[in-house]
Amino acid sequence: MEGFGYKLMGPRTIDYDQFDGRLLEYVLSHEPSFKVCLSCGGCTATCNAGNLIDFNIRKINLLLRRGETTGLAREIDKCMLCGKCMLVCPRGINIRNVIMLIKKGIVVFNPENEKN
Amino acid sequence: MLFENFALPFLIGTAFLFIFIAITFTKWILGLSKIDKLRIWNSLMTRKTLRAIKEAISEGLLHRKIFRKNPVLGYMHMSLAFGWFLLIFVGHIETMVAMKTVSPPLWASIFHRHFFTGSPESAIAGILTATMDLLLLFILTGVGLAYFKRFNRRVFGMKKTTRLKAGDRIALFALWLIFPLRFFAESFTAGIYHNGSFMSQPAGNFFSTFLPLDELVKPTWWAYSSALGLFLIFLPNSRYMHIPSEILYIFLKNYGIKLKKEFNTFSQVQVYSCSRCGICLDSCQLNSAGIQNTQSVYVLKNIRNHNLTDEVLFNCLLCGKCQQSCPVDIKLNDLRITQRIESTLQYNSSYGYLRNGPSKITDVIYFAGCMTHLTPGIKKAMVTILDAAKINYWFMDEFKAPCCGRPLMQAGQYEAAQKLIENNRLKILGSGAKQLVVSCPICYKVFKEDYSLPNVKVLHHSEYILELVRSHKIDINPTHLRVAYHDPCELGRGSNIYRQPRELLQSFSQLAQLKNEKENSLCCGGSLSNIKIEMGERDKIRDIVLEEFTKTGADYIATACPLCKKTFSKGKNIAIADIAELTVMAMKNQSPAEAGTQKTKKAKTPEPQMV
Repeated sequence: MEGFGYKLMGPRTIDYDQFDGRLLEYVLSHEPSFKVCLSCGGCTATCNAGNLIDFNIRKINLLLRRGETTGLAREIDKCMLCGKCMLVCPRGINIRNVIMLIKKGIVVFNPENEKN
Repeated sequence: MLFENFALPFLIGTAFLFIFIAITFTKWILGLSKIDKLRIWNSLMTRKTLRAIKEAISEGLLHRKIFRKNPVLGYMHMSLAFGWFLLIFVGHIETMVAMKTVSPPLWASIFHRHFFTGSPESAIAGILTATMDLLLLFILTGVGLAYFKRFNRRVFGMKKTTRLKAGDRIALFALWLIFPLRFFAESFTAGIYHNGSFMSQPAGNFFSTFLPLDELVKPTWWAYSSALGLFLIFLPNSRYMHIPSEILYIFLKNYGIKLKKEFNTFSQVQVYSCSRCGICLDSCQLNSAGIQNTQSVYVLKNIRNHNLTDEVLFNCLLCGKCQQSCPVDIKLNDLRITQRIESTLQYNSSYGYLRNGPSKITDVIYFAGCMTHLTPGIKKAMVTILDAAKINYWFMDEFKAPCCGRPLMQAGQYEAAQKLIENNRLKILGSGAKQLVVSCPICYKVFKEDYSLPNVKVLHHSEYILELVRSHKIDINPTHLRVAYHDPCELGRGSNIYRQPRELLQSFSQLAQLKNEKENSLCCGGSLSNIKIEMGERDKIRDIVLEEFTKTGADYIATACPLCKKTFSKGKNIAIADIAELTVMAMKNQSPAEAGTQKTKKAKTPEPQMV
């Protein structure tokens, strides 16, 4: 199949009993404007990092809402904070704050850090 | 032996303060890096010390910078600082003369009139007594103004004043009491012993007509001493700690010590040097968006009290206006960035995906910057200019390039920014270019200050175009346009470039005068440094700035920053064009649309005409 341009995907089951909503809650309470995102994709189209590598702010939104922190940490690392997304956003979402909050939240709510 | 029990509160306060300052200053100086300590040691016996003394007098005592802000405010501060200093100094001389010794006890000069009840023995002593009365009067006028300032700030040129904490209030209360109490104590004594001068004697005579001075005089001296003691004991925990800290800061600054990327004791000296005068509050444009608690004075206060939150720290445009107005010359932007670096230290990105890209061998590199890609008119205009001048150039970020790294730095992600900087740096050096032309002041500042680019001259496009015009590489025709130039924060206050864009504009258009220009120019409100501000709040700031431009009646707002252009163009119907776009208009003398300008909502954009 890969020869035809399709990828084979691994199992992607999400166990909602394991869902940790603290990061999502933290981000939305500190940057409520993120709630009104309509997933238009303007941010992704203009994105500087997205121009260099596979990076998608809508995907970040999805991972955040699903509580997939591991994938989120890998993705969020790519953002260069240049601010283009924020300027094209039709809903005026402060995307850079969302990015910074997620970055911080990942550290704060990391189970390893919480033990210390 | 000259001594009275009422001197005790004052002496306890003095001893406490002396020990506190000695310990704190030692801790601060020992906490500096080895190089900084060496710097102090090597500069001690040089002219730098003289310069520091001069600055300590002009700023610490005379408060010249506050005078420039407002004469009444300046007088108030000067009368308290310089007046009090002279009161102590002349008081000491007065006691030296009276006791005929070079080292009289401290309390003898502070409570002089109580201990020396006879009439002045010589003409000199008489003059000194009169001088002391004059100095007290001088200070009392300042204290009077300080009372008055609580009711009417406008007279002092201030719209806002700092919210004070408990320690500040106690110290302020004590400071307000000290001099009136001294006046009462001295005039009561004069009323009994007739040892006063032109102010205390008539006052003493007057009080003696209806007050039992014999019973009142001792308690008044007690009250005066207690107010002094209270002030001295609360000084370290209040904003008045700026008095000793500022002097130390002036010396360290003159010895060449600078802020580092991490919070150290020199940062602490600056934090404690803040007098919370509130002058920075009025200069802050966040006020127009209704943001009242994130201004520099509050950040410094929060740092001192260890309760700084991200919400406050990151809600700042870093426009540098407060730094410009600070009478103590505290490096407010750098202090805030240091805090941001420390706050985000745990989550710097690694950008492992960046690859060292190919470079094109060239003479000149053009780096448009992310923001310019959002305002393609500027990009097009630059390409037109570079082509017309037949420059051998490489458009480095035409298709793919990482960001310059400055937005990360503004957010405190210093380590992450280094990764982008290194990637871009290798590309620039690989091209062998001698000049790097940048359209965005945000990029310009980081290329200039944080990239190590030997033999590469970094130029903002306004500088570069001016060079091209001067060397006749491009031909421009004068137009009838009248433009108002907006100084971008990063280019003006940030990089000290005010002259070149103006000269370029004047070569083909007429420049309109603005109310706030150059060092005092306003931020457009779009600054990337503010992570927390909402879009609606940005709009409020922008609209007020645009108002000022509308008043000039200029045909165009000339910007030199793509982000300013983008921010302004979302606002009212005013024609906005970048300096490069205006140059292209003057080159071809064609309509703005053809020059690649985004036509704003204004229906009629003036057509440039041939002269």
